[in-house]
This record gives sequence, structure tokens and C-alpha cells, in this order.
Amino acid sequence: MEQILANALGELLTPMTAAYALAAIGLAMHFGFTGLLNFGQAAYMLVGAYAFAMSTLAGLGLVPAILISFAASIVLSFVLGIPTLRLRSDYLAIVTIAAAEILRFIVSTTGLNDVTGGPQGLSGFARDFYSINPFPAGEYGFWAWTMDEKGLWVRVVAWSLVIIAALFVSKMIRSPWGRVIKGIREDEDAVRSLGKNVYSYKMQSLIIGGMLGTLAGIVFVLPRAVQPGNFGTGLTFFIWTILLLGGAATVLGPIIGSMIFWVLLSLTDGLLSAGVDSGVITFITQNQIGGIRFMLVGIGLMLLVIFRPQGIFGNKKELYFNG
Amino acid sequence: MANEIAKGKAEPGCAKVDPILVADNVLRQFGGLTAVDVKHVEIPRGQITALIGPNGAGKTTFFNLLTGFDKPNSGTWVFNGKQLAGVPSYKVARLGMVRTFQLTKALSLLTVMENMRLGSQNQKGENPLAAMFRSVWRKQEQLVTETANELLTRFKLDAKKDDFAASLSGGQRKLLEMARALMTKPTMIMLDEPMAGVNPALTQSLLDHIKDLKKEGMTVLFVEHDMHMVRHISDWVIVMAEGKIVAEGPPKEVMKNPAVIDAYLGAHHDSDLGAKKKAGK
Repeated sequence: MEQILANALGELLTPMTAAYALAAIGLAMHFGFTGLLNFGQAAYMLVGAYAFAMSTLAGLGLVPAILISFAASIVLSFVLGIPTLRLRSDYLAIVTIAAAEILRFIVSTTGLNDVTGGPQGLSGFARDFYSINPFPAGEYGFWAWTMDEKGLWVRVVAWSLVIIAALFVSKMIRSPWGRVIKGIREDEDAVRSLGKNVYSYKMQSLIIGGMLGTLAGIVFVLPRAVQPGNFGTGLTFFIWTILLLGGAATVLGPIIGSMIFWVLLSLTDGLLSAGVDSGVITFITQNQIGGIRFMLVGIGLMLLVIFRPQGIFGNKKELYFNG
Repeated sequence: MANEIAKGKAEPGCAKVDPILVADNVLRQFGGLTAVDVKHVEIPRGQITALIGPNGAGKTTFFNLLTGFDKPNSGTWVFNGKQLAGVPSYKVARLGMVRTFQLTKALSLLTVMENMRLGSQNQKGENPLAAMFRSVWRKQEQLVTETANELLTRFKLDAKKDDFAASLSGGQRKLLEMARALMTKPTMIMLDEPMAGVNPALTQSLLDHIKDLKKEGMTVLFVEHDMHMVRHISDWVIVMAEGKIVAEGPPKEVMKNPAVIDAYLGAHHDSDLGAKKKAGK
């Protein structure tokens, strides 16, 4: 029992949780603050992961690799945004979800084995990152949060990035720029009538949120290999879940949302698994747990959207005026 | 009175002494339907002009075309010496021609004050690169807030300034929209049905505010249904029907114009249609 709890609480600080939080902060910029329906955050993560891995494997240093990832991310924003941002918001949704899948199929084709690793993906690209690890070898942390020096290094970097991203976004949102962005979310014609170039602001928001997604992609693959299967639509929808869980128009929401999401997933997994092992739960098998826990999370999300649509950190006052 | 504004006789498309906006051959068709077909119209500078007409006359469509929110099939119009055809709406606003909407567009989940601040032009902090550095835009933000406070006091919304715009009543939203438009420091303000959905108690104060705009030297063009309101505050009236301008003139004279009565009541309002059925139309 304690092990189940320890496993679940261990999720609080994993690089995975941090990566999802980062991606969700980017999505908060898109959807929560600007009202852009981006259903392709996985595409930005994929671009980050692949651009970073391919650059470092080509022998480039960490900094150029990150810059190349950002450049690729900006290009993606232009490709997605130029045709759709002048149209109604649902067009962006369609284009982003399609683009994410197209990118995933492209990188996983065997024809590109030499470049993207095809279905196998890429690995061994993070050596440079771990070679600058300032922590000496050894065991760190306690109880649920025990890790080796590699684990500590990647956690420190990942969560520092999350904090920087959160501070950056909250500063941006409180500036006059953020005011325009939020105005666009409420009614873009009104903002247009006040002399603001709405199209340009939407593009800026798409780029900024996309870059956060790209950064999330890099953090996501640092402790593991790049595998195309990881960047499916499921990834996008987990990020949406996290965003709605925490509160779409908040900065802290995505971070806490990501923590809750992963702790709950691990907890349901552990509890169901223990239940099946001990014979308390008889109607499912060990193999079905993976699916069942997502159903439970799905039900939880439905309840959340029904009873607390503004998310955990959302301002309840904002809700009185919906509709 | 007509002679102060119009050059000659008050008739559709007549030349004005000092026009601020001149439109020529503006045509907008939706499929087979011609919504707007304005041959020539001039809006007098510094006056309150009412654009009236029955439902479906094309008033709002004409408004949308002039302000860049819709694109005409053809036509040109010049505002303050600047060609505006094809200019996007946000640039039209920057040139000093600012509009409000028939269905009020208060930005609901922004506070009243934030709504106001948004109207101010050339804000340094609206640049994404400068937004991060508060010191760059703090001073300007203070000035913007001062202007906003003055306007909110004038429109009696100062007590509401920290509330969400969504919590305002319909009439207050109209006032907020007007005040917000004034934050852009326009030379011409275009009000699309400013009186629609406003309770009678607030109507008078809205009318006074519109008159104040003229006193400050602004040109006002507004769309309205209610002939009564129009008579009270406008200096000049332009009547549209079926996309065309059918009459122009000072309010009192326009109301007597048979073309206007026809437009509002139908060309056969005083004849017995049943009796003439055989003759047909």
C-alpha cells in the first residue's frame, strides 16, 4: 500500500509531469487566454523532440539544438496559422489536429529511417545534456522521491523551465499585450474595431504557446528515447485534460493539473492492480487495468467539467457570466 | 439649415460644404441579393448624421463596408482625404474612424477598466517584446488609466470600473462601448443603433452623450430605427431603403419626404391593394 502511494507521489516531480505542465502552459496561452483552439499541441512537442534529437545527433551543441527546435516551432506556427487565423476558430482546430497526425506519420515512415529513425525513433541524443550534469554520482532525495544524479539533473532543469515559463506567461498576460490577447478571446471584432491587428496578435500567441510546447517536447524526451508513437492525438488530449483540470485561464492551473493528473493515473493503476492481485477485484484482469484507469480519469474529467468547469484554479466569478 | 450643410438642394447624394467621408458606387451583393448599392454619398464634418431606413435597408452592411469589416464587390470611399477601400478594419480605426456594434461587444471577462484601456492607441506594452518589461510601459499605462477614469466618470461608469463588463446592464454596455471607442481619440465615430435595447431612463443620457461628441468636434454617424430619436439629435438625415439612398436632408424635412414615407410604410400604404389587384403592379 505504501508502495502504491510512493509510486503515485513520485509522479509529482517526474520530468514527464514537468513536460506535460509546460505543454499545458503553452496551451493555456493558446486556448485559455487567446481562445485559439489548438488540438495539435502534440505536433509542437514532436517538433521539439525531433528537432532537438536530430540536431544533437548531427553533432550540434545543446544551445544550437534548442534554437533550431524553436525555429522549427515558429515555422510550424506560420504554416498552421497563416491559412487559418483569419478564419473562425474551429478551422484552426481541424488544421492543428490534422497537422499533428501528418507530422507523426512523416517521422515514422521507414523511408526516413536515416533521418528520423522511422518507427524506432531516435536515442542517445541526450549525452551532451547529461555530460554537463553538475551533480556528482550518487543517490538523492528520500522516500517517494529517490533518484540518481541523472534523475536529479533532469528534474532540476525541467522544473526550472516550468517555473520560468509560468512566470513569463503570467507577466505577459498582465501586460497591455495580455489585455489585447484576452480581448481577442472575448470578441475579436471588438478588438479589431479598436485598431488592433488581431491576426498578428493571434499569430504571436500561437508562436509563444507553440514554443512552450516545443520546450515541453524537449523536456519530455530527455530521459527517454524519441518514439513517434508517443506523439499521437492521445498526448494532445491529455494536455487538454490537464489544462481543463487546473483551469484554462490560469498559469498555476496547468502545473497543478499535470501533477494531479499523473498522481491520479498512477494511483488508480496501483490500486486496481493491487485489487486484482489480492482477489478483491475479480471482474477485470491485470491486462485491462491500463484501459480502465483511463476510463476512470475520463469519468473524473466529465464530473469536473460538469461541476467545476472553470477548473481547480479558475476564477469562479468568471463563470457567472457564461452563456 | 440645409444650406449650412449641403451645397445645393437636399437630395440623395447631394454635395456637402465640408464632407469628411465621401463614398462612390459602393456595391455589396450577397449572391443574387443586392444589399448595398450607394451611388454617391457625403457625410458632413463635425455634424451628427443619422442613417435611417427600414429593416433590411442595408444600413449595417453599409457601416461594415465603410469600416472595413466587410468587403464590397466594388466601390471607393475617401475618409479625411485617405482612400479607405481595401483597408483592413483595424487600420480604419487607427485612421480615426471608430465604430460600435449593433449587438454590443463589451469584452465580458475583462473588467470595465481593462475594456477602456484596450481602446488606447500606440501602447508600447502591446508589443510582445516590450510587454515583458514593465518599466517600458508603466508611465504610459498611468496616462491611459487617467484618461479612462475621466471618461468613465463622464459616462457614470466609474463606480463599476473594477467589475467584469459582463455584469453591466445592456444600457451600461452601450455606454461602455461608446466610452471605449472614445479612448481611441477618433475624429469620426460611427454608432450602430446606439439606442437599441436601452431603457428609456438611459436613452436621454445617451442622447446627451452623443450631442457632447459633436461639441468636442467629432463627426457622428449613427444608425437608428426610431424616427423620434433621430429628430431630436441629428443635424442631417440620410435615408436608405433596399440598399439605396432614397432621401437626404435636415430631419424635419426628410420626415415629410414621400420617398421616406414609402420606404417605411410601403409604396401602397394609402391605396387599397385588394381593389387594384387586377391592374397588378
